[in-house]
Formats: sequence, structure tokens, C-alpha cells
Amino acid sequence: MITASNIIPLFVAIPLAGAFLISLLGKRIKRLPDVLGVSVALILCGLSLLSVRLYSIYGILTYSVGAWKLPIGIGMVLDGLTSFMLVTINLIAFCIVVYSVNYMERYTAKWSFYTLFFLMVGGMNGVVITGDMFNLFVLLEIAAVASYALVAFGTDRHELEAAFKYAIMSTVGSLFILLGIALLYSYTSTLNMADMANILAQKGTGNITLMVSVLFLMGFGLKAALVPFHAWLPDAHPSAPAPISAMLSGVLIKALGIYALCRIFYNVIGLSPTLSSVLMFLGTLSMVVGVLLAIGQWDLKRLLAYHSISQIGYVVLGIGLGTPLGILGGLFHLFNHSVFKSLLFLNSGAVEYSTGTRDLQKMGGLTSRMPVTGTTNLVASMSISGIPPFNGFWSKLIIIIAVVQAGRFGYAFWAVLASLLTLASFMKVMKYAFFGELRENLSRIREAPLFMKLSMGALAFLCVVGGLLLLPGVKEVFLQRATDVLLEGTEYAVIVLKGIK
Amino acid sequence: MIVYLLCLVLFCLGLYCILRKRNIIKIIVGVMIAEYAVNLFFILTGYRMRGRSPIFSPDVDITNMVDPLPQALVLTAIVIGLATTALLVAIAMRIYEKYGTFDITKIRELRG
Repeated sequence: MITASNIIPLFVAIPLAGAFLISLLGKRIKRLPDVLGVSVALILCGLSLLSVRLYSIYGILTYSVGAWKLPIGIGMVLDGLTSFMLVTINLIAFCIVVYSVNYMERYTAKWSFYTLFFLMVGGMNGVVITGDMFNLFVLLEIAAVASYALVAFGTDRHELEAAFKYAIMSTVGSLFILLGIALLYSYTSTLNMADMANILAQKGTGNITLMVSVLFLMGFGLKAALVPFHAWLPDAHPSAPAPISAMLSGVLIKALGIYALCRIFYNVIGLSPTLSSVLMFLGTLSMVVGVLLAIGQWDLKRLLAYHSISQIGYVVLGIGLGTPLGILGGLFHLFNHSVFKSLLFLNSGAVEYSTGTRDLQKMGGLTSRMPVTGTTNLVASMSISGIPPFNGFWSKLIIIIAVVQAGRFGYAFWAVLASLLTLASFMKVMKYAFFGELRENLSRIREAPLFMKLSMGALAFLCVVGGLLLLPGVKEVFLQRATDVLLEGTEYAVIVLKGIK
Repeated sequence: MIVYLLCLVLFCLGLYCILRKRNIIKIIVGVMIAEYAVNLFFILTGYRMRGRSPIFSPDVDITNMVDPLPQALVLTAIVIGLATTALLVAIAMRIYEKYGTFDITKIRELRG
């Protein structure tokens, strides 16, 4: 038991140590950032898969930082939802690091890219694994500050402008979160999430929890780019270098936004029917507005960024529904979206790497010159628009079935409509960029280098086999455990506190 | 009670500054004001009327101390705020190099 829970702090310590070493030595030794970066990401990926196994053996694991006794000291908790998120984050991070080995050659300071990247990964892992309210805020800020710097990484006009906008809006979001934490602390006199849930259950909910819910909804909604708070995303995500766009769209908005929302609303405060309908409304609004804005875009990465807003809407709709099937669908869609959206952004990076443009009207017939990029992009496009054998279809299907079962036919209609519009907009991408006549000036472009192809191929493979996660036997280990954590609601407190003693 | 209200006023002042000002540097100052308002509020939640400083010693009884935890937390929050502000100022300087202005109505090439 003691040895098993010692794995928990490693998820934060290893990326931070990697970032430190790379920043210390990376400038002097030429290939070191690549080698160290890939190996750190590989270790994290392996550890996160191990955490799924450990959870199935030991059940919930807790770790107290600095050996302070737990409801008082800072606690870290590994449960089903945590290990689910850890696998998502570290798997995608590994693929993206492999991709960056070639892609980031264009920039001068590769070592500072890896340093910031691992700071961000460490922050996200920390947000997911911590069981302490204030610690969540600190780690969230580590990840967020690293991501502002990464958006501005190219120091171009547009990148700086986007980074400034993103930084200001996200900082305001963080302030709301801090205010919410201050109010919760003054009401419950504790910061441990489990203890807090316990005390909130005893004291009952009142105006203060309502106020706190609104603050958290604004704060984490800004981080997750739900529709009224989405204005920064379509600027920030396309401006960053492609691996960072993939990381931001694929994982960051989920780890900082969706995960934190779920954890606090389900496990700490407890989901009220009002909150659930607000979440469902915001989800549907994001879904429809995102896709409507996406369909008219001609900049490839901007189009993908708007689709991120739309797909996040599906996740929030599923999770906000609160039924077992809805939560399962939402979490499954979260995993699938991080796979196919990072693949799409990596493809757009490969296209930009070879042709030097992001404008769809200047492309055409790229599949004949770039077979790997073309094929993987076709796979990802089909999965995001929900074509049967691919993973996106299964998760959307589950969400829509869950919504219909709950009797919310209006929401189901919008979900189907948004899916059709997604299909239309990706048909446009495929038609203009990858199919059709090859243009004169593009006739001598080359396929992306080896590591970029490898990483895109791996993600495309995940898109194809992603549906297998629903098979009985696999589903119980991975998805069902994460769903159970959300379903247990404020029982979470009892379970975690039992784990402490 | 009046302190809390003043704290709220300070926060709203910061938000107003972020939303309405056109100069980038003034926006950054607005962020800082809002941040300090939140920090101040956090400190106030741990305050007690005529409380003494929370230092434990065997000869003094430990009644009526202010809560030390928010002070420790706010210290962390201030450091985070410092890092954010430093990054924001660095970005603002780069923006000035590229665009030659601090006016956000002139730095509007992305449409949002």
C-alpha cells in the first residue's frame, strides 16, 4: 500500500524535473532536449497506464505531501477519473513530443520550448491529481502561465496579440476561481476537497454555494472556452505553433476546464438540477455557435479551433446531463476529442510545414504529394464528424442516446444538427485541401519528416481502434471507473476519507 | 462590513479598467488591481477583531488569533500574480516593438 501510493507525486515531479534539466543543459548539448523530452514523455505515459492497473488492484490511493496528516496537509488522490485523465494527458503529450522533434527545428530555441511544454504537462497532471483546493489553483496557474508563453512562442505580430488577449482573459478567470476558493474556505474552514465536501454536506447548501458555483462556472468556463467566454480560443489556438495548438485544444482546455468543473460540481459541491440545466444549456450553445462560426472559415487552424468549442459543447452536454449513460458518453467524447483534435492540428502543422500556408483556398490535391498526412487527416475528419467505424461516432451516439433517454428531445436535435454541420465543414476541408487538382506551385512539396509521420500515424490508429474502449471488459477498467467517480457524487468525501484512515 | 464592500469596489475598479481602457499597460494595471482586491478579500476572511498574530509559544494562551492559513495562501497567490504580470509586461513590450503602439484599437488584426 505504501509503495503503491508513492507513484502519485511522480506525475508532477517527473515533468518538473525534466523541464529543469532541459533548461539547465539543453542550451549546451545539441540533441539532449529531444532525447530527454521524448524519454520523459514516454516514462509519464507508462506511469499513467500503470496507474490504471494500480487503481484496479488497490482502489483509491492517497498521498500526503510532506507527511502532514491528511485533512490538514496537502493531499493527492488517485481515483478512476484521475487515472482516466492522466492517461489522456500523457498519451497525447507523448505523441506531440515525438512530433515536435522534427517540427520545432524551424524555431531557434528548442530547449525553451521543451521546458515550457513540460511545465505545462506538470501543471496539468497536478491539477488532475491533487485533492486540495488551493493546490488545484496553484497548479492550474503553472499550466496556464506556461501556455501563455507557448502561445507567444513565435513572437510574431499575431502570436503576441493572441497571447496577450488569452493571458488577460485567462487571468480574470483565475481571479474568479481564487475568489470562489476564498469564499469556500471561509465557509468550511478547510481546503481538502474531501473534507470540504463532508462539511458542505453537513452544513447544507445556501446562497454561498450558489455564489461559489457561479464564480467557478465563470472561471472554469473561461478556461474551457464555453460559449459566452470563448473569445480568446479562436485567436490563441491557431496562432501557436502546431504542436502547442494540438496540446491546448486537445488537452489543456479539458484538464483545466472540464475536469475541474466536473470534480468540483459533482464531488465537492454536489450537482443541483439548476446547475445541471445550466451546464446542458451552455454545452448546447457552445456546440451550435462553435460549428456555425467554424463553417465559414478559410484559415485551416482557425476552423479547427472553432470546432474545439463545438466539440467541448458535446462533452459538457453529456456530463451536465448527469445520467450514467450521459456521463459515460461525455467522458468518452473527451478522450476521443483529445485524440482526433490533436491529430487534426498536427496535420495542419504538417501542411503548413510543407506548403507554408494555412489558407484553404491556396491548397489543393495535397493527398497525392503527402499521402500520410492526407490519409490521417481523412481518418480524423471522419471521426470528428461521426462516421461509423471511428471513435467519434460511438461517443456522439452515446451522448445522443442518453439525451433522448432523458427526454430532452430539443437538445438531441441540436446535437444531431451540429454533427451534420461538422461533417459539412470537414468535407470542405478535404475537398479544398486534400482532394482535387494539384496546384502548379505545390507540385514539388514533400511529405512531412519521419517523426511527424510516426506521431500522426499513431494518433490515427487510436482514432480507428478508439471504439474498442466500449467493449465489455475494456470498458469496465477504463471508462466505467471514471464514470463511477462522478456518479458517486458527494459520496466521494466518505470514500476518500476512508482511504486516508 | 464596510471593508468587504471597499474590497468589492476595488475589484470592480480593476474589472472596469480591464474592460474599458484602451492602453495595454493600463489593462495590465487593471489586472493587478483586481488581483490585489481578491488577495485582500482572502486575507480579510482570516481576520479577527483585535486578534493577535498567530505565533505559537508555550507561555501565551492561543485564544483569539487571526487565521494564519489565508496569509500563507495569499503569499503564494502574490507570487503567481508576479509571474503573470512579468509575462504580461514582457508580451506588451514585444507588442510595442512590432506594432509601435500600446493602443488596443490599433492592434486588432485578429477578429476573435
